[in-house]
Amino acid sequence: MHEDELQVFIDGAVNYFTTVTDTAAEVGSPYLVDTPKKLEFTGIIGISGRKKGLVYFTAPRPMLSRLLAFMGEADMNNDNLADMVGEVANTLSGNARKEFGKDFMISVPVVVSGDNENIKVPKGVKSYAIPISWRNHCAFVVISIE
Amino acid sequence: MTTPKIMVVDDSNVIRNKIKTCLGDTPYEFVGAATNGLEAVEQFKLLKPHMITMDITMPHLDGIETIKRIMAIDDQVRILVVSALADKATAIEALKQGAYGFLCKPFSDLDVAEALEELMEDLVDA
Repeated sequence: MHEDELQVFIDGAVNYFTTVTDTAAEVGSPYLVDTPKKLEFTGIIGISGRKKGLVYFTAPRPMLSRLLAFMGEADMNNDNLADMVGEVANTLSGNARKEFGKDFMISVPVVVSGDNENIKVPKGVKSYAIPISWRNHCAFVVISIE
Repeated sequence: MTTPKIMVVDDSNVIRNKIKTCLGDTPYEFVGAATNGLEAVEQFKLLKPHMITMDITMPHLDGIETIKRIMAIDDQVRILVVSALADKATAIEALKQGAYGFLCKPFSDLDVAEALEELMEDLVDA
């Protein structure tokens, strides 16, 4: 994926936090990463069609708890935290179809949590991390698409 | 008409609850939810809602195919697609299959209320 094409994910992240919460997120510039970023919960979306690879959103528990509160959810159990991280990943990936069209096909989210599960990014494909700061929490959107 | 009944279809529990909460101050009666397309078709037959909010990207059966199957059962139901898929082709395809409106995720409470109001107006006028 060309660097210019990452803008759609930056715009998507800005729009997500502005729409769903009362506080805008600071979304930084993308940078190349060698090893996948992984925080407590990660929602992974497989990409197929014209482009292939994956997009994921990885975030710490406290940030997801705050997001759940903004969604009106009182129960901060692991299932809801996993659901939340998957929904953000799904929304950022789905919104990217505005730029890439319907051939940018997205899977349902797969969520991993804890230290035991690794994220396998496609071999030979550059991975870009986009840092997101929101209410003193830090998360990442990682794009690994050929 | 009687209080319009609404069913919510989304594979995310958080989104289902969020939409249900948004319905709190509206004149619609939440009658049930489904977590995928197959479940939605079965629930539709049982609950007979007037309106449905429908996700697109779901396991087992996606929202577009679900709309098609539900419209084949009752083409008077009003379906609002609530999806992250932001491309025009998906919205057009959903409308072609019988959906009445399209609300893109992420959404605010006001977005949901306004979209349902539009659906409701059509329902009253119909």
